[in-house]
Amino acid sequence: MRQLQPVRDDLPRVCDLQRGRRRGDRGGVVVKADPAGVLTGAHYLDGDFACGEGAMAAGCRFVAGYPITPSTEVVERISRRFPVMGGTFIQMEDELASMAAVVGGSWTGTKSMTVTSGPGFSLMMENIGLAAMMETPCVVVNVQRGGPSTGLPTMVGQADVMQARWGSHGDYEIIAMSPQSPQEAFDLTIDAFNLSEIYRVPVMFLMDEIVGHMTERVMIPPAEEIEVIPRALTAKTREEFLPYQINGKPTPEFARAGDGYRFHTTGLTHDERGYPVMSAECQETCVRRLLDKITDNVDEIVRFEEEATDDAEVVVVTYGITARVARLAIDMARRRGVKVGSLRLIVIWPFAEKRIRELAGKVGAIVVPEINYGQLVLEVERCAGGKCPVLPVSHGGGSVHDPAVIAEVIAQAAAAAA
Amino acid sequence: MSENKVGTRTDFPPTPPEFLPDAVSEHPPEHPVTPYLRMERIPHVWCPGCGIGTVVKCFASALERSGADLDKVSVVSGIGCSGRAAGYLKLDGFHTTHGRAIPFATGLKLGRPELEVAVFSGDGDLSGIGGNHFIHAARRNMDLLVILINNFIYGMTGGQNAPTTPLTAKSSTMPFGNFEEPFNIPHLAASCGAPYVARWTCLHIRRLTWAIEEALDRKGFRLIEVIAPCPTLYSRLNKLGTGLNGMRFYHDNAEIRHGADTRELDIDFQKSITCGKFVDEQKPTFLDRMDEHYGRVLGDKYVPMPVEGGWLQ
Repeated sequence: MRQLQPVRDDLPRVCDLQRGRRRGDRGGVVVKADPAGVLTGAHYLDGDFACGEGAMAAGCRFVAGYPITPSTEVVERISRRFPVMGGTFIQMEDELASMAAVVGGSWTGTKSMTVTSGPGFSLMMENIGLAAMMETPCVVVNVQRGGPSTGLPTMVGQADVMQARWGSHGDYEIIAMSPQSPQEAFDLTIDAFNLSEIYRVPVMFLMDEIVGHMTERVMIPPAEEIEVIPRALTAKTREEFLPYQINGKPTPEFARAGDGYRFHTTGLTHDERGYPVMSAECQETCVRRLLDKITDNVDEIVRFEEEATDDAEVVVVTYGITARVARLAIDMARRRGVKVGSLRLIVIWPFAEKRIRELAGKVGAIVVPEINYGQLVLEVERCAGGKCPVLPVSHGGGSVHDPAVIAEVIAQAAAAAA
Repeated sequence: MSENKVGTRTDFPPTPPEFLPDAVSEHPPEHPVTPYLRMERIPHVWCPGCGIGTVVKCFASALERSGADLDKVSVVSGIGCSGRAAGYLKLDGFHTTHGRAIPFATGLKLGRPELEVAVFSGDGDLSGIGGNHFIHAARRNMDLLVILINNFIYGMTGGQNAPTTPLTAKSSTMPFGNFEEPFNIPHLAASCGAPYVARWTCLHIRRLTWAIEEALDRKGFRLIEVIAPCPTLYSRLNKLGTGLNGMRFYHDNAEIRHGADTRELDIDFQKSITCGKFVDEQKPTFLDRMDEHYGRVLGDKYVPMPVEGGWLQ
C-alpha cells in the first residue's frame, strides 16, 4: 500500500487570484453580495454544500432540481437555507422540468440554478439548448459520476466534459468550469453566476463526485468582500426596446417578464424582435452571435493555473479532482529527475487553446490524465497540432488515478522527448 | 347542477342579410382585440378553418373584460400549432420546448409570484410529451391558467396519432384507425386535484370567453380544454369536411352539462361532446401552502420571495 502524502494546504484561492480581474468588464456594474445569502466564517463543508453556499452568496434565489446522486446535497443545503433568505426551491418531477423551470425563473430576473449528475444532465440538454438560444443566464451544476447510462451512481467520473460542450443539438457556446476543492466549489460558483450574467449563457459547473463529497475547510468571506454581477436590466422604454438588439455589445439588454416590455422570445431562430424567422440569413446572424459572444471573449473567460512550465520537458494538463491527484504524480516524477510542469484548467470551455498551443511548441510532451477514456485529451491534441506528443492517462471512473501510473507516463514521455 | 342542451337549428348557417351594414368602408374600424395582438406578425400560420385563432381571440377578449394588468400577464407555449399562440399575443410571451411549457411557466410564477401566467398549448404538447408536467402541476396546484386546445391530432407534424385521438379515428400513423384509448383531459386534471376544470368547443366563443375570464379571476391550476377543428389533417383524414362542417358538428353535438362527473367526459369518434364547467372550487395553491407552512414552522425567520422576484440588487 502506497503511502499517500497529505494534500498540500496551500491550494490557491481562485477568488484571491482573480479578484478584481473581471472588474470593469461591464463598465463597473459590480455590486456586493446580499448578506442574507452569505454564511461568513470558517466552515467544514463538503464540495456540494460549498457549491450551494456559493450559489446563495452569488444571489441565486430560485433553484429547481430533481434528486440524483452524488449531487443531492447541494439542494439539500439550499432547501434548508432558502426559506430564511427569500429564495424558492422546488423539487420538480424530473430533470426536463427542472431545467425548463430554471429558464423560466431566470426570465423573471431571479438568479436561477439547477443541480444534477450525468444521467440527469442528459435529460436537461433540451432546455440547456433553449437557454442558449434564448440567452438566459443560469447555472447548471453537474456533479459527475461514472457513466454511461446509470453507470456508477456513488463513484467518481469526469466523463461529461464533451456532453457539457456539445450535449444539446445545434451550434452554441457555453462556459464550463471545474473546481478542485470545496473552497473552489464555493468561489467558482460565484464566478459561474457572474459569467452567466455577463455573457447570458448557461454556465456548466462540472464538479466530480470526489470534490462534491470531500470535506475540507471552506472560508466564506464577509458579504462586502464578495463581488456579484447583477442582472443588467435595460433602461430603454417599451417602444425602443428590442429583446435581441445588441448595439455592438456582446449580449443584448435584458428585460424581465412583468416589467411591461411585452417582449417575445422563442427557441426558434429569431430576429432582433425575438420573432421567428425561418431563413439562412437569420440563422447566420442569430446563431453566429451565440458563438461569437464567447469565442470573441475567450481571453476574458479562460482561466487556468500554471506551475513550473518555463523550463518543463513535460506538462501535465489536468482539471477537477485529477489536478489534486496529479500533484503527487508530479512530485514523484520530479524526484526521478523529470522537469515537469503543470497546467490546471479552471475554465474548461471555452478551451485554453492559445496557451496550450504555446506550450506544445516548447515542451517535449503533454500528459493528460482524466477520469474518462479520453475526452479533453482530444482537444489538447488538436491544439498541440502534432508539435509534441500528447499522452492520455485514461481511467474509466469509480476511483481516482493511481498517482504512480501518471508518474510512470510522465517519465516515459520525458524519456521519449529527450 | 344545471342541464342545458343546445337545441338543433335547421337554418344553420343562417342566410346572410340582403344588405351588409356599411362594412366595406375605406377605413374599417379596428378590431377590438387588435391591441392585444402583434399585428406585424399577421398573417398567422394557422390553416383556414382552424380553431386556434378563435381561441386566441377569446383569450384576448377575456383579458380585456377581466381588466387584468397586461404588463403582468405572461403567456407560455410549447411546440405545435397551438404553441404559436404566444407569438401573436402582445404580452410577455415565451415559445419554449416541446412539452415543457408548464414547467417553464412554473419557473416564471415562482421567480416572480405577482405574475399571472397562462399556458396556451395543444393536446399533444400538454398531455403527450408534457403529460408528466401536467399531472404534477395539477397535483401541486401550481398557480397557472392552462388553455389546452384539443384538435385530436398532431397538426404541425402532419397528422400523427395524439393521446387524445378518439378510438377508430384515423391519423397518419394510425391509417387503419386508432385503437389506443384516448385521454379524458378534464378527468385527468380533476383527478390530479385541479380546482377549475372546464371544456368548451371553439364554437362556444361567448361561453369560452366567459370561462377564460372567470378562470383569470381564480387561483391555482385552472384547466380549460377547448375542442377545435383541424380541417387540414384530422377532418381530411377522417372525411369530416371543412372547418365549417366541424362547427356544424359542434353545434349539433355539443351538450352543456355543468358540474358533470368528469369520469363521463370521454370523447368518442363523432359522438356528443360534453361541455361546461365541471370543477370550480377554492383550494390553497402551491405558493399559499408554502407560505403558510414556512410561516407556521419558521415563524419570523421565514422570508418569502418578494412578489417582484428574487432579484436583489
